[in-house]
Amino acid sequence: MAVHVQNKRKLFLDSYHQTNRAQRSREREAVAFIFSGEGGEVICSRRLDHRTIQIFDRQLMELSEHIKTANVEDAVLRQPLHPAARGTLCVTGHHLLFSDREESSPQHFLLLLRNIDAIEKRMSGSSGTITIKCKDLCVLQLDIPGMEQCLNIARSIETLSCLENVSEMYPFFYRPSDQSLKDQWGLSSTEKHYSQMTDLHDRWRVSSVNRDYSVCPTYPQAVIVPKDINDEMLVKAAKFRHGGRFPVLCYYHRKNGMVIMRSSQPLTGANRKRCREDELLLQAVIDGSDKGYIIDTRSSQQAQQARMTGGGFESKSCYSCWKRLHRQVERGKALQESLIKLVEACGNDSHNMDRWLSKLENSKWLSHVQTALSTAGLLAECVERDGHSVLVHCSEGTDSTLLISTVAQLIMDPCCRTLEGFLALLEREWVQAGHPFQKRCAHSAYSHARLQQESPVFLLLLDCVWQLLHQFPLALGFSEALLLRLATEAYASSYGTFLCNSDKERCVSRVKEKTLCLFQALLRPKERRCYANPLYERTELAIWPSVHPQSLQLWRGYFLRWTQQARHLEEAQEEIRNMVILWEKMALT
Amino acid sequence: LSHLRASVGTLYLSATHSIFVEDNPETRKETWVLHSMVNSVEMPSNSPAGSQLILRCKDFRVLQILIPQERDCLDIHASLVRLSRPGVFKYSELYCLSFNPNVNKEEREESWSFIDLMSDYRRMGVPNNLWVMTAANSEYRVCDTYPSELFVPKSAAPTIITGSSRFRSRGRFPVLSYFHQDTLAAVCRCSQPLSGFSGRCQEDEMMLQAVMRSNPGSDFIYVVDTRPKLNAMANRAAGKGYENEDHYTNIKLQFIGIENIHVMRSSQQKIIDVGEMRSPSMTDFLWGLENSGWLKHIKAILDAGVFIARAVADEGISVLVHCSDGWDRTTQACSVASLLLDPYYRTIRGLMVLIEKDWISFGHKFSHRYAHLDGDPKEVSPVMDQFLECVWQLSEQFPCAFEFNERFLLTIHTHVYSCQYGTFLGNSQRERKELRLPERTHSVWSQLWKDRVDFRNPLFKADLSQSQRVLRPNTTPYCFKMWKGLYSHIDKSMPPCQSPADFLSAMREESQQLEEEIAALTGRPIVWEKTEVLKRRTTHLQQRHLGPDPPTSYIQPITGHGQAVALKQANQMALNKEPNLYLPTECHSKLKDHDPDDCSTCSDRESGVADLRSRSSSGGDYAKDPDWE
Repeated sequence: MAVHVQNKRKLFLDSYHQTNRAQRSREREAVAFIFSGEGGEVICSRRLDHRTIQIFDRQLMELSEHIKTANVEDAVLRQPLHPAARGTLCVTGHHLLFSDREESSPQHFLLLLRNIDAIEKRMSGSSGTITIKCKDLCVLQLDIPGMEQCLNIARSIETLSCLENVSEMYPFFYRPSDQSLKDQWGLSSTEKHYSQMTDLHDRWRVSSVNRDYSVCPTYPQAVIVPKDINDEMLVKAAKFRHGGRFPVLCYYHRKNGMVIMRSSQPLTGANRKRCREDELLLQAVIDGSDKGYIIDTRSSQQAQQARMTGGGFESKSCYSCWKRLHRQVERGKALQESLIKLVEACGNDSHNMDRWLSKLENSKWLSHVQTALSTAGLLAECVERDGHSVLVHCSEGTDSTLLISTVAQLIMDPCCRTLEGFLALLEREWVQAGHPFQKRCAHSAYSHARLQQESPVFLLLLDCVWQLLHQFPLALGFSEALLLRLATEAYASSYGTFLCNSDKERCVSRVKEKTLCLFQALLRPKERRCYANPLYERTELAIWPSVHPQSLQLWRGYFLRWTQQARHLEEAQEEIRNMVILWEKMALT
Repeated sequence: LSHLRASVGTLYLSATHSIFVEDNPETRKETWVLHSMVNSVEMPSNSPAGSQLILRCKDFRVLQILIPQERDCLDIHASLVRLSRPGVFKYSELYCLSFNPNVNKEEREESWSFIDLMSDYRRMGVPNNLWVMTAANSEYRVCDTYPSELFVPKSAAPTIITGSSRFRSRGRFPVLSYFHQDTLAAVCRCSQPLSGFSGRCQEDEMMLQAVMRSNPGSDFIYVVDTRPKLNAMANRAAGKGYENEDHYTNIKLQFIGIENIHVMRSSQQKIIDVGEMRSPSMTDFLWGLENSGWLKHIKAILDAGVFIARAVADEGISVLVHCSDGWDRTTQACSVASLLLDPYYRTIRGLMVLIEKDWISFGHKFSHRYAHLDGDPKEVSPVMDQFLECVWQLSEQFPCAFEFNERFLLTIHTHVYSCQYGTFLGNSQRERKELRLPERTHSVWSQLWKDRVDFRNPLFKADLSQSQRVLRPNTTPYCFKMWKGLYSHIDKSMPPCQSPADFLSAMREESQQLEEEIAALTGRPIVWEKTEVLKRRTTHLQQRHLGPDPPTSYIQPITGHGQAVALKQANQMALNKEPNLYLPTECHSKLKDHDPDDCSTCSDRESGVADLRSRSSSGGDYAKDPDWE
């Protein structure tokens, strides 16, 4: 095997050196461009160091079998808000690169193949047109001369845009010169999070019962649980919860010592099984206070039905101190279909007003935003105003559970509203807590592929956060640009943060050793400038969002991102930023 | 009293205002309602707690007043009905004639000369060798609804003008509304021709030729009929109609399809109802929005403006705009087009000039449309509301293009209805002269100019308007939103949303102060003082924005549950057979239906933390269906 790879490598390098000089210099330029550019940002650099070439070689070699035509001259690229451009198209293992023919200042356009959701090809005569629909909702068009070339390119895109094998994905090859694999991966850990919350040390502990991921494959190695509950009890409680996700602490409210717990549904089944350890665990949570709330993000019917398939809910007789509230927060397929309908409605300019409003209504997306926000509001109200601890769960506890607990924390906790705090919150509640990003974000709204486990729960979260930002423009430390960036990165990224479905899988694929961390990258000073909110003023108060339909708006920045409309709003943001900078300068002099 | 907030206090009636003073000794908050702002006073059936009055204001506020004694209530009702609606022709009862803002005679006269239309025409570059002032209407003899000063094509002789005016509805012949210096094309306005099925008028045809000739180099003009084509055709049966393209050479006729005032009136009522919905689901809200048709109408008006602006700026073709009488839809279309064409009208003073010119001087029927006097309810229509909303929609799309903010538009809206100033009184220049308004009342414009600091948009970029002289808005339906500031009063009881604009305004003020200080101190900055100032300003803003109390919205579902259960049990419905109600709306609509005493609900909702807690737990009980255990 090793010999085979060696040969292949030699063969490749030979052919690489044989290609004519001009071609090679263009490719080098392309490579340099790929490695210096980042997340679609266009930075052109001609410098090319030895290391990047090596990586490029490796990348090309492993995926080159899918590339029949690597270069197309005289292609035409049409993208929204830009005039059509003529130039050279280049397909690499992970990218589509287009360089236009402007001699004086060549413009490059780089697209991560992973970002492509669907393509449509249309042949006319000897040339073909490929329409590329991206996961970030951008729609591009490529005119390619030569039928065979066009088909080859299309085939390469189709294969390379949905690679199944994690270790073949781009984050494993992405090595920008200003970041290193030795940099810290991730912002925090359960232990660190625990050590920061000194108030809870006398009643809570860090358990490493899951150190080999055997108790719960989707939890991280360490979790925070009540001190009175030992690891053996946790193992038993985990057996009673869907996917082993036993109740763990996710938020401690400093003001009154109340907590938010999250878990999956209990496996009571049709014959109403009980689990003493699970009951004791929850009893230990509210030790000392009179009661707690359980927010089940399914309707009561859904919860009832879940018993038929072995799931269920906490019955009153067994958990006498817990009051259960049901709020149906949509997830799964219904949510994906909602997104598809909304994007379809936004993509059609020819609708009249009535049709647009009825399509918007019919998509139900805004209704989902409303329910998610009001359920999170309810949760925050239980903790902050009523002074009770809350357990939140749905069925698996990996989707709407995380959505609700995250938004509630943003509402209550000023620490989560800073740029760092928000990214740490996402890391804790989504990445470490095991939201299956790879399954949920495999496809976005354009894909014709049969839906499997796709669901835009994370996008719904970002939309909810945007609504908060819209209603409280001064209270959050980060800007809309960050939310847009995260929405893009969740679907296609150069970083390893959103790879895989759980901590365990990331461990197996050695993501933390072999890829770079997005959250770390976003906190570098250069990036921070774009993603910080210039108007931010920390407030210790809770920010209670209005969930009245009139207060909720379509997230135009995302859903209409590629229209002129969004440009004017960006200009205004830029203006605000400039004013604040000017003002700060003045305050300093 | 008022939306969601309930309070106890004393109601005073004066000759001009209703004043409600809260009993709370700390705040003694006062709510003043001008009688002329009251749209209707309703007295629903009595509840055990006393008699109710519902005041609906013209700025879409709704006040509910609970009065313990029925007789008092009847008295107040009678007085309010009388006071809020002066009889026909009784201008003398209007508030502006008694309103005295403590200024002397000179200042008042100055306020009336604050806006000078002639200087605006000069700014446009007229009169010139293409357009001249005509004295034809100096005594209002040709057209009594037009102003005395009018601009017409140079080649239009007085006989052509009088001939043309005889062929136009109410004598409103084609005159200049806006002259675009860059392309020499013009926006002109008139009313529909009295053509019937076959009528024609040589002078009118010559008049349109003259309009075309006043735009050198063009070989046709657009005639924009802002009505739906069907309406225009129907008018032919009444001896009116539209220009026959066979008779008029070199015109291109274009119908836009803005609906008439009656459609607009009922559409606005529907969107007001949407704004008043207590806690609708997203579906109810969007359906309501769609059914009202309101945004569709706003889009149509904006489309008309865009069409005209494109013709003038891009094609360099003059446009003649009319509808039926040429004072509602025509006014809307012309003023929106001017706003798009000329950055000056996007400034604070510019918008005043635009309204003074296209609306006030050209004879928009303010008294009828905004029900200043008790008149024919069929004449009432939100024509001006729609124009202001168009401006707002544009300002949402181009946040840096307008010097003024939403508050400016809302203030103008209020004064169009309030009758506090004489500016918006009467239906024409002639009527205003006859009423001697400038001698007896004050003008709103100078007052607004005095308060201009409050109306400034901090994001306004004056240099942008130089590079981007003509605005090219996108009128795809997804660009339109409901104007929350005007139609939604639900949220007013909650802590108001943070506004970046307010923050920036405060900041700009701050930085200006700093600049002055720096200039004064010449390089000896007192850093300590500045940070101090800075902190104070911003914390003040913060506190306004963030209340420690959560808004009622999350509580409503829970409250709704509690109440819904009680009601359902009262109705002896089987709980377990009913589908569970989790959506706040369903519960709430029930609540509304069965509970006419909204006031008591309001006060419940106000009653504080302890009460809410008990409610939310009862909600919790309900969520746990007893059958499951």
